[in-house]
Amino acid sequence: MDSLTAELLARFQFAFTVSFHIIFPAFSIGLASFLAVLNALWLWTKDDVYLTLFNHWKKIFAVAFGMGVVSGVVMSYQFGTNWGVFADKTGPVLGPLMAYEVLSAFFLEAGFLGIMLFGRERVGNGLHMFATAMVAFGTLMSATWILSVNSWMQTPAGYGVNDLGQFVPVDWWAVIFNPSFPYRLVHMVLAAYLTTALVVGGVGGWQLLRDADNRATRRMFSMAMWMLICVTPIQIFMGDAHGLNTLEHQPVKVMAMEGHFDSHDHGAPLILFGIPNQDEQRVAYSIAIPKLSSLILKHDLNAPLAGLDTVPREDQPPVAIVFFAFRVMVGLGFAMLGLGLWGLWRRYRGALYSDRWLHRAATVMGPAGFVAVLAGWITTEVGRQPYTVYGLLRTSDSLGPVSAPAIATSLIAFIVVYFFAFGAGTYYIVKLMGIPPGRRGHGLHEAPIRAAGITPAPQLDPDFRTTDE
Amino acid sequence: MPFDLAFIWAGIIAFAVLTYIILDGFDLGIGILFPFGKSERERDVMMNSVAPVWDGNETWLVLGGGGLFAVFPLAYSVVLSALYIPIIVMLLALVFRGVAFEYRWRTERWKPVWDIAFFGGSTLAAFTQGIALGALVQGIEVADRAYAGGWWDWLTPFSLITGVAVVIGYALLGATWLVMKMSGELQERMRANARRLGAVTLAFILLVSLLTPFQDPVYFQRWFTWPSMGFSLLVPALLALGAWQLFTGLSSDREIAPFLAAQSLFVVSFIGIGISFYPQMVPPSLSIWDVAAPDESLAFTLVGTVVLVPLILAYTAYAYWVFRGKTDPDKGYH
Ligand code: HDD
Ligand code: HEM
Ligand code: HEM
Repeated sequence: MDSLTAELLARFQFAFTVSFHIIFPAFSIGLASFLAVLNALWLWTKDDVYLTLFNHWKKIFAVAFGMGVVSGVVMSYQFGTNWGVFADKTGPVLGPLMAYEVLSAFFLEAGFLGIMLFGRERVGNGLHMFATAMVAFGTLMSATWILSVNSWMQTPAGYGVNDLGQFVPVDWWAVIFNPSFPYRLVHMVLAAYLTTALVVGGVGGWQLLRDADNRATRRMFSMAMWMLICVTPIQIFMGDAHGLNTLEHQPVKVMAMEGHFDSHDHGAPLILFGIPNQDEQRVAYSIAIPKLSSLILKHDLNAPLAGLDTVPREDQPPVAIVFFAFRVMVGLGFAMLGLGLWGLWRRYRGALYSDRWLHRAATVMGPAGFVAVLAGWITTEVGRQPYTVYGLLRTSDSLGPVSAPAIATSLIAFIVVYFFAFGAGTYYIVKLMGIPPGRRGHGLHEAPIRAAGITPAPQLDPDFRTTDE
Repeated sequence: MPFDLAFIWAGIIAFAVLTYIILDGFDLGIGILFPFGKSERERDVMMNSVAPVWDGNETWLVLGGGGLFAVFPLAYSVVLSALYIPIIVMLLALVFRGVAFEYRWRTERWKPVWDIAFFGGSTLAAFTQGIALGALVQGIEVADRAYAGGWWDWLTPFSLITGVAVVIGYALLGATWLVMKMSGELQERMRANARRLGAVTLAFILLVSLLTPFQDPVYFQRWFTWPSMGFSLLVPALLALGAWQLFTGLSSDREIAPFLAAQSLFVVSFIGIGISFYPQMVPPSLSIWDVAAPDESLAFTLVGTVVLVPLILAYTAYAYWVFRGKTDPDKGYH
């Protein structure tokens, strides 16, 4: 009983801290690339609107990145504090990958971040561009390594087990490029780009509702809508491929995503909606389209699909969470596609900057990327339960020698601190987003901010220089 | 003393931890000294003097954790379980001071709140790091590849002393950093602070050095039998040299020498601790070789480390070079 509570608390703590953490990378991976593109466009076209946008989003980036870093530092110690056995057993395989993440990604980001934020005047435009690109590259490297780590836990490969019970590497190439890694990496990076596109588009829409004439606002809204319509179809396609790969390597997870408690010999139905009842092993109130699931997963209407009735109860993940989270993600994915198509159509009709309903919709969809990312991760992580290393190491065997009261206390501390610290940060970010690009905010006289003075003061926005020195 | 992969890695991890102390020590020290900034403007400049580099400094802590996980997973697992509370408190403290770097500039009304968060977070982080050090020196109980002690084992008078010692020591590093980066009245005040902090730091180093041999008979033997006793003469001599440099530097108008001298105190103390520990990784029972990952893991990680760490050191040095010189109070960021 006692160990059960400790395990549950530790799981909740991990889920809580990592869920908070992932919110920031999901945004800063995309934003870092966006900033690099803006800076490059400015250097290339000399159009001041790009510099204005760069300086505008740079401040938001700085706040988001700071939150990403401090919540990430917590993560790097989480394996040891609560999951001591997991750390001891998987360290030889996963540790080196995380060490490479630190060496090749975190240092790169951190080393060039200062120059990117404050150093333009000191190093000149060329090196500043280089630093900005390095930060963007660093975030992508970071995603690559950590997703390799996570994917290995989902689809372990290239390992052996030594007499101490530790996983040991046999083939590093197979460890890193484990079967689900390529899919997960592409899906996650696209998710980060989409999240950023939606935020930029949402802020753009919100600003256009207040002032449709600001050139910088228009430009960023237009860029975001292009990004959205280009990336969403790829993401949906990749999501499908990811799902097929999961069916191959983690079929039980797909059963939970689909809500398939029963096996079907002649074509499984696609359950659009319903309420999974795991105790009775059925989906209540289900609305289903016959045979469609077999068509999607097997590309054959009549292909047989096994269900959870082939899996012992203690090896099943919590179905309802996976089932709903998956639907949230996919639903939002199609909503994003809808928004992208709408934008494309209004652009074609020359109404991109005047359709107020489009702007409202973009504003509402602004946070949708975050929700989809969290829903996606919950699908992935809850769907692989009850294992931490899929099929090999159970979650209940991963726990370190921690006692429930200690975890409970630290959990409460995390909750209080995170809501306070990151709540404040979110408030500041929203406040920054409320300032039209190129205009200086009120009550921010302390704005000797961030960028050490910027090169020439643009004639277009006489105010903006004051913002950035 | 087998010269193998595990031994090399122990050296690299020690290097990473020492680099962390050298780089983040003064950075946390700025936070500890924050109340000594008399006006908002003074605090602005103090913070700005580290703003472009703090993230890189803290990354060495991540390397310490991530590196341990990679090459000494058992040590990572045991130490973090044993030091559960101080580690969690340290992480939360680092959250507060980390976000303060940005938040302070985003609000008028709450600026004092984030000032306190920066001070409190920095101080608490330093304190818990010192406690962790003390607890490690005292030894960690291990059975069956897992921590076998209680939740509060880390809390002893000795670990509290090392906790305070680290806070004072980091403040000294911070003060000498500010002597280097500030000018005028603030610089003079920091010079005076550094003198006092230097004296107290030395007192603490003395106290901790006297207590350490009694934490574990092995340490005692190490320090008071030949040939290792040679260090018992060398280490204090080096410390005395550093202290002399520090105080003469502070009483002349030299600006960089005191900072380097203060850092040298840390380096020498760190070497002293290393002498006590070796070859243990988690005293008293786990040696470097007990906790090491298999050679395949060590070798694979070593290849990249040998290439990447020099690169990291190079661009870190470049970033410091870019932001060299006095922090200009009128330029927000330099
Ligand atoms: C590097 C590894 C890693 C990564 C990148 C993630 N997770 Fe995870 N997650 C774990 C490693 C892990 C774990 C260590 O394996 C846990 C802890 C206990 C467990 O059951 O698995 C886990 C559990 C876990 C749980 C609890 C599942 C349950 O108890 O049923 C949730 C909800 C999440 N994670 C959510 C996430 C989210 C939102 C992530 C987005 C970043 C994420 N995970 C990334
Ligand atoms: C349990 C899993 C994770 C751990 C242990 C972890 C660890 C960390 C650490 C220590 C940092 C701070 C680095 C610094 O000091 O600069 C960080 C930041 C970051 N992490 Fe994570 N992370 C995890 C999950 C993820 C995932 C799933 C992604 C993305 C796919 C990700 C992407 C990033 C990025 C891009 C940063 C840079 C800071 C930012 O963009 O906000 N991390 N992470
Ligand atoms: C609409 C079509 C989509 C489909 C069919 C789809 C499919 C999937 C599947 C099957 C998984 C689980 C894979 C596994 O655990 O093995 C997954 C995970 C995930 N999804 Fe999606 N997805 C879609 C859209 C999106 C969108 C729009 C986002 C975010 C903007 C997103 C973000 C994520 C994330 C962050 C994960 C967890 C990481 C991973 O496993 O890659 N997905 N998706």
